[in-house]
Amino acid sequence: MSDVKIKINGKQIVVSDEMTILEAAKLVNVKIPTLCHLNLHDLKAVNRGASCRVCMVEILGRRNLAPACATYVRDGMSISTATPRAVKARRTMVELLLSDHPKDCLNCEKNQKCDLQKIAADLGIRGEVKYRGAMSVYDKDDTSKAIYRNLDKCILCRRCETMCNEVQTCGILSAKDRGFDTVVSPAFGLPMTETMCTFCGQCVAVCPTAALTEINVIREVWEAINSEEKVVIAQTAPAVRVALGEEFGMEPGSIVTGRMVTSLRELGFDKVFDTDFAADLTIIEEASELVHRIQNGGRLPILTSCCPAWVKFFEHQFPDLLDIPSTCKSPHEMFGAITKSYYAKKMGIPAEDIVVVSIMPCLAKKNESSRPELSNDDYQNVDYVLTTRELALMIKESGIDFESLDKSEFDNPLGESTGAAVIFGTTGGVIEAALRTAYEWITDETLEDVNFEQLRGLDGIRSATVRVKDMDLRIGIAHELGNARKLLEMIQSGEEEFHAIEIMACPGGCVGGGGQPYHHGDSSIIKKRAEAIYKEDANKTKRKSHENKDVIKLYKEFLGDFYGDKAHELLHTKYTPRKLI
Amino acid sequence: MTRVKSLDDLKNLKKEAVNSFYQTNGEENKLRVVIGMATCGIAAGAKEVYDEIEEEVNKLNIKNVILVKSGCIGTCHSEPTVEIKNSNGESVLYGNISKKEAKEIVNIHLKTGKVLEDLVIKNPIEPSDMSSKGQVRIALRNCGVIEPEKIEEYISNDGYKALGMCVTKMTATDVINEIKESGLRGRGGGGFPTGIKWEATAKQDDPQKYIVCNADEGDPGAFMDRSILEGDPHSVLEAMVIAGYSVGANKGYIYIRAEYPLAVKRLKIAMKQAKDFGFLGEKIFNSDFSFDIEIRYGAGAFVCGEETSLINSIEGNRGEPRNKPPFPAESGLWNKPTVVNNVETFANISPIILNGAQWLKSIGTEKSSGTKVFALAGKVNNVGLVEIPMGTTLREIIFEIGGGIQDFKNIKSVQTGGPSGGCIPRRLLNTKIDYDNLISIGSMMGSGGMIVLDEDDCMVNIAKYYLEFTMDESCGKCTACRIGNKRIHEILSKVTSGRASMNDLESLRELSGIIKDTALCGLGQTSPNPVLSTLNHFWDEYVAHVEDKRCPSGVCKELIVYTIIEDKCVGCTACSRVCPAKCISGKVKKPHIIDQNKCIKCGACHTACKFDAIERQ
Repeated sequence: MSDVKIKINGKQIVVSDEMTILEAAKLVNVKIPTLCHLNLHDLKAVNRGASCRVCMVEILGRRNLAPACATYVRDGMSISTATPRAVKARRTMVELLLSDHPKDCLNCEKNQKCDLQKIAADLGIRGEVKYRGAMSVYDKDDTSKAIYRNLDKCILCRRCETMCNEVQTCGILSAKDRGFDTVVSPAFGLPMTETMCTFCGQCVAVCPTAALTEINVIREVWEAINSEEKVVIAQTAPAVRVALGEEFGMEPGSIVTGRMVTSLRELGFDKVFDTDFAADLTIIEEASELVHRIQNGGRLPILTSCCPAWVKFFEHQFPDLLDIPSTCKSPHEMFGAITKSYYAKKMGIPAEDIVVVSIMPCLAKKNESSRPELSNDDYQNVDYVLTTRELALMIKESGIDFESLDKSEFDNPLGESTGAAVIFGTTGGVIEAALRTAYEWITDETLEDVNFEQLRGLDGIRSATVRVKDMDLRIGIAHELGNARKLLEMIQSGEEEFHAIEIMACPGGCVGGGGQPYHHGDSSIIKKRAEAIYKEDANKTKRKSHENKDVIKLYKEFLGDFYGDKAHELLHTKYTPRKLI
Repeated sequence: MTRVKSLDDLKNLKKEAVNSFYQTNGEENKLRVVIGMATCGIAAGAKEVYDEIEEEVNKLNIKNVILVKSGCIGTCHSEPTVEIKNSNGESVLYGNISKKEAKEIVNIHLKTGKVLEDLVIKNPIEPSDMSSKGQVRIALRNCGVIEPEKIEEYISNDGYKALGMCVTKMTATDVINEIKESGLRGRGGGGFPTGIKWEATAKQDDPQKYIVCNADEGDPGAFMDRSILEGDPHSVLEAMVIAGYSVGANKGYIYIRAEYPLAVKRLKIAMKQAKDFGFLGEKIFNSDFSFDIEIRYGAGAFVCGEETSLINSIEGNRGEPRNKPPFPAESGLWNKPTVVNNVETFANISPIILNGAQWLKSIGTEKSSGTKVFALAGKVNNVGLVEIPMGTTLREIIFEIGGGIQDFKNIKSVQTGGPSGGCIPRRLLNTKIDYDNLISIGSMMGSGGMIVLDEDDCMVNIAKYYLEFTMDESCGKCTACRIGNKRIHEILSKVTSGRASMNDLESLRELSGIIKDTALCGLGQTSPNPVLSTLNHFWDEYVAHVEDKRCPSGVCKELIVYTIIEDKCVGCTACSRVCPAKCISGKVKKPHIIDQNKCIKCGACHTACKFDAIERQ
């Protein structure tokens, strides 16, 4: 690595030769439009295929235009970013893409969130599209509960492939066929349901158009709300409250818990509860399971099981390790199970009349909620899963002025939660929450400083040793499935030994989930959401799950022992080895 | 098997080989009967000819004959070929030999020595002095001469001597300097100086480097690489080892189309022999240098001939190009420094080492030294492979070597460089062929396809044909190529069907220019060349299609109208009988009429009419 002197639009600068023209241009406030490019710097996810050819710039002495996103600066380079030649080429690329793109922007799933729409507007493309001709038409894939594929709208940016293959190492999506017929698809054109897709939704999170979107259940939820007989209960995941504001123009990292609760009531939900309640419950069960395994010589490490994409990943990829993940259901499923049993009984509502709607930052939860084993007494624990984005659409549709809403509190009794539950929303949070409880249980001492700073941060794989009484607990943390794979392989090879491991499929954990407001490639947004999560935790008076009085009451009144029989029946699940394809 | 450990070992081997395989075996009248048995020859019946000759020779008990299954000498127009050489180096070449004629050759020529004059064709590889307008064979030097499946034959022609010289007498830098000074440029398309490529790779500080041979020949009509691999596989292996020695690589890959089974078979035989003799493997020529080669198969994607796509394909990924820079010399196969050269380039290496850089420089032009192999095809009399010194004019190739245009028609254009090249008009036929001249007239060398077009060819249709090819073969990665070429093809279809406006022609020119400027790889960047060159040189033909709704060459079906000239029609009914659309009606001995609404413009009536009564417009 060395420094080089370059000129961008006449401005001389000295930069590292490890920089691309695009990065160098940013330093001198020269904006080069991009489309396929994606660089989640902090998360080390980069899509640099330079396939769209939009960021083309002129380099003095070079025959052809060069893509700014994939061309590294070299000493003496003189770059012009906005010459008529470059601008015309850029514009033509977008016009060509538009010539093979449906023109249904007004009623498109991504209307006003679409990168192609934005760049067409930014480049001043108006009126009739210059080029016309055959359009790509493919079968739509709506087979899954989570991801809708409409490849007519695909612009072959290949960001989804980068996420699926390089970041998540799942290898579901790749380009297939040649020329104009090239399409991103699972192998052999299989529908998503017949693949190993974990439905993490990171492909959706980065898709610039509506080629990949969530399976939208807004209509079904409205129907439930509008039905007289149904008691519709909303529960909200921790990561939603630090991201929902973005959909209403608020700064990333704005905490909108109170307004979110009010808006849900205004939408007509009969009760608004907090998944955080169930997160505390999860900690009680998971910490009990950990302590149980440690004290009874059970198999270690214990792996967290809150993340449904991760669960499906290990079922496909590590079927020989199915006995090490915790058997705990994910928090919203626990919540559903308790709602349709304990709460139903307590309130005298028949379980069949209860509709549980989870508001989640996640697409995998949509798939998870349909898993047959996540049911009790023939009722699915959760009926519908809405993403943060879908909730925002419902709020907008109802004409609610979100920013001016009064703040309100969650309903009780399933509304109370601790700071430990809040941090479930970010990578490292679940294990930190579990430690806060396990520490006190094992040592019988009060944990004064609950902040386990060594477990926080955005590195893909982290490990720490935490001294608990006379024991050194080895903790591993990974987010993104590629990192999870590496960590599991370390365990398989015996290179590392852990007592407990937390894994989240999405970059940054749930704050970077596939159902969150689109970050459009700006990873600082994910960081700000994570910071907000820790702020919310710090603001809580109770920060350890076992201090949640309602949770303790739940055991006393209904569940009985921690990790006991009733708890097993309602709160635990089992895993199935799945095929590799 | 003796491993060759020194140049002296090799010299002895050569002597043995020459004695056993060549004429000077003490037997004055020994004859070498060479049958061209590359894929092309076999397809034309060479296998049957060989078997017949073998059977007859055995039957007649002729002793002074050596039968040689050789590669191709390039005379596709005269396959199968049988060449008979005597101990004085005199040769007679027979072409278009049937089984029956093969028998005659044995019974007359081999038995009595009498030449069958009627069957003799001109030998394209007779030793020619370099100042003449003939062919000069460097890359094809052994094709059609030696038996490719016998390493001894290659050694007899100084095979592996260059490798021995490099490894035992030259430093890596010496070798690179020799190649650099020779001015050899890549024969696969781009024409990048080979020595500079090697030097850039040699400079990289990495213990692992690779040599890749690009044998994914994909240009329609080009087959020189196949011919070299089938006729002289050792020349490629030897050059790869030399390249490995010079850049510090010990591993090579040959990426070859799976559709070349005979080339693969002969390569495998050659690799085994080279290993047995110690030209591949550990401690080559008893030095510390080791080199090994593996074969990788291509599945027939044109884009895999582009070096970075080829690298992706070897790695097991989708055959899609990578952005350059970084070039393979810095970061290629598995992100290691990699030399990628094509077959013909490699075939040039050993002669340069043996004869010196100055020798190559003395052939060809100042900026393009040496020779280039062209696959001459189209409306020319002698189709086949020709190797000519750079600087030869197009006219010389077509009219002197190629024997002029078929059926005494007029030449309209020459297409060079395959789908990446352009159409050169008749007025530029005196252009001297070299890399830069071809680019300056809107075409390029490419891998060496040369298709001659005559007055019956429609230039818009030709452009459309090439665009259809690149459109289908685009990997689909970048917008410019994936959608841009599709749109260009659509506009061309509008032109050939008379639906285009003059604005469309402007769009065609503009979009072509932008694709050239923005596409990701060489395939995309050169794909508009057939369009741009025809727009530049044959503008009138485009205008005729657009404004007059007429195809001047009568090729574009949708613009053709067949009509019956009443005065000439005698009512013989020949036309109505052949019409597959049953759209010609009329009574016997009365003028007929074509129903234009039903006519599918197949032209069957036009061909069937003996009275020139059907007019094509």
